[in-house]
Amino acid sequence: MLLKVYQCFVDDRDMYPWGAPQYRRARRLCPNFMSIVAPNNSKPRIAARITGWFTEWVSDWGELVISSCIALGDFCLFILSTFRWMFSRFPKGETLWPNFYQVGVSSLPVVALTGTFIGVVLALQSSSQLGHYGLTNQLGGVINLTLVRELGPVLAATMLAGRVGSAMAAELGTMRVTEQIDALSAMGADPIHYLVVPRFLACLLFIPTLTIMADFMGVAGGYFYSNIWLNIDQHYYWTNSAKFVNNFDLFTGILKSLFFGSAISLISCYQGFNCKPGAEGVGKAATSSFVFAFIVILILDLSLGLSLKALYESWYPGGTY
Amino acid sequence: MMIEQLLDQEQESIVDVEKLSVTFGSQEVLKDITLRIPPGQTLALLGESGCGKTVLMKSIIGLVKPTVGTIEFDGENINQLTERQLSRMRLRYGFIFQNAALFDSMTIGQNVAFPLRQHGRFSDNQIREMVLSRLSEVGLPDSVVFKKPAELSGGMRKRVGLARALIMNPELIMYDEPTTGLDPIMSDVINELILRTRSRNPVTSIVVTHDMHTARKVADRVVMLIPRQRLDPGENQVIFDGSVKELESCRDRRVQQFVNGEAGERLMEMRANGHDQ
Repeated sequence: MLLKVYQCFVDDRDMYPWGAPQYRRARRLCPNFMSIVAPNNSKPRIAARITGWFTEWVSDWGELVISSCIALGDFCLFILSTFRWMFSRFPKGETLWPNFYQVGVSSLPVVALTGTFIGVVLALQSSSQLGHYGLTNQLGGVINLTLVRELGPVLAATMLAGRVGSAMAAELGTMRVTEQIDALSAMGADPIHYLVVPRFLACLLFIPTLTIMADFMGVAGGYFYSNIWLNIDQHYYWTNSAKFVNNFDLFTGILKSLFFGSAISLISCYQGFNCKPGAEGVGKAATSSFVFAFIVILILDLSLGLSLKALYESWYPGGTY
Repeated sequence: MMIEQLLDQEQESIVDVEKLSVTFGSQEVLKDITLRIPPGQTLALLGESGCGKTVLMKSIIGLVKPTVGTIEFDGENINQLTERQLSRMRLRYGFIFQNAALFDSMTIGQNVAFPLRQHGRFSDNQIREMVLSRLSEVGLPDSVVFKKPAELSGGMRKRVGLARALIMNPELIMYDEPTTGLDPIMSDVINELILRTRSRNPVTSIVVTHDMHTARKVADRVVMLIPRQRLDPGENQVIFDGSVKELESCRDRRVQQFVNGEAGERLMEMRANGHDQ
């Protein structure tokens, strides 16, 4: 049943392969436009005009709903075929290594830098707040817990989405526009197996390492600022940190990052594969891949946060998450 | 009638397009196309832009799925093959894209070697030799091997595309507008290469083009399509099917306009549309 409904949407979409909304809107707007330019030719009555605008508004919304349903269905099929290829035939090394390098090595400095600064800024901001209550000695716990559980994974993922995700979308988009993806299938190489699976694996395997790097640099930055600038005794700093942060928190952060990494790679590759023709299309694919990836990161962060909290409470009854 | 049909079936064909229609939603690009291509033939597919030539060719290789109808390659219906069978089948095709579609992240050598690495079990030495010999066949020096596609001119890129398509010794080669965007001399070089490829090994070729020079020079048979919108009711989209000589002497006004490159009533249409708006 669901598949039938989806098929309906797809049929409708195929009618206008390069973007239904523009095409339809152009046709609809053209007569209106002409009546404005040459009002003597035909003068629709006001009531008719208002109903015209209203139907236009309704159909615009309808289009939006339909096109997002299609995109979601398409995206699910895309993910399914990525997984099918990943488990049926492992990609070759020559396609894997460049992607591993791009994701794992080239992103490292920028992630480390972000982590350091976030650690310092966290120390700076929370020290005065905690100072009001005379709890400056607890600073370590606050900074490190925030970093390990939330900010480390989310910031590493954001940097990855900006640095690697949009590059992937632009690269695959250009390949789509210049028929290189067609050329791959014409030479008997499946584009998803050849292009998407290595990128997906690179993001999945290397985002935990990037997260750990961001965590570590954040912890170090926070510590140096607190110890040197705020003169907090390092004994209190680390004891409180150890009291607040446990292994489950680290596990939470890394588990989250795995989800973020797969979302980034799949969204970017999907955007690249469905790129509209021309330079404008490639630019849009790159932008929308970052925007969607970021939104999905935030949504995943919230939902994983909620479910991990429930998980923690069922594992350790009475413990505070 | 019966005998003719029997004779038709007798003559075996390598590509068999049967009542093919391709529809993108409500836009019908191809309708009711039947085309048999015997092995060894060089077929030129003519027609103005937007008449569905490229779609026809892409559906023969399975990149576009037909809405109605079947496509058989060497007796196998390619739309019933699984992805894996299809990708094996595609080794027997060579496809030259309009803008060559070389992979920009790879060097020329890696580009030409791509099909070999993807499918064959060849040693690096064998691959290197095959790549160099293919490149010299299309008249490119060994020094291009380490260059990136962006460093080459359009004509060189097209020749690299040809070398890449030929490296697996395909049985069917498809050229998508091989001479578009090239100067007259380079166009003729490409035409010569198409002829030379055919004389070297007995391949079947489909050349999509709107260049009459190419058609005159390389084709054994010419098929001309016109866009669906310009058809008279009840008429088939294939308005001409025959040899180049027959094409020149064809009485059909539309065919003549194409052959001689005349706008004809199209100018009137433009003027009329201008007034409408």
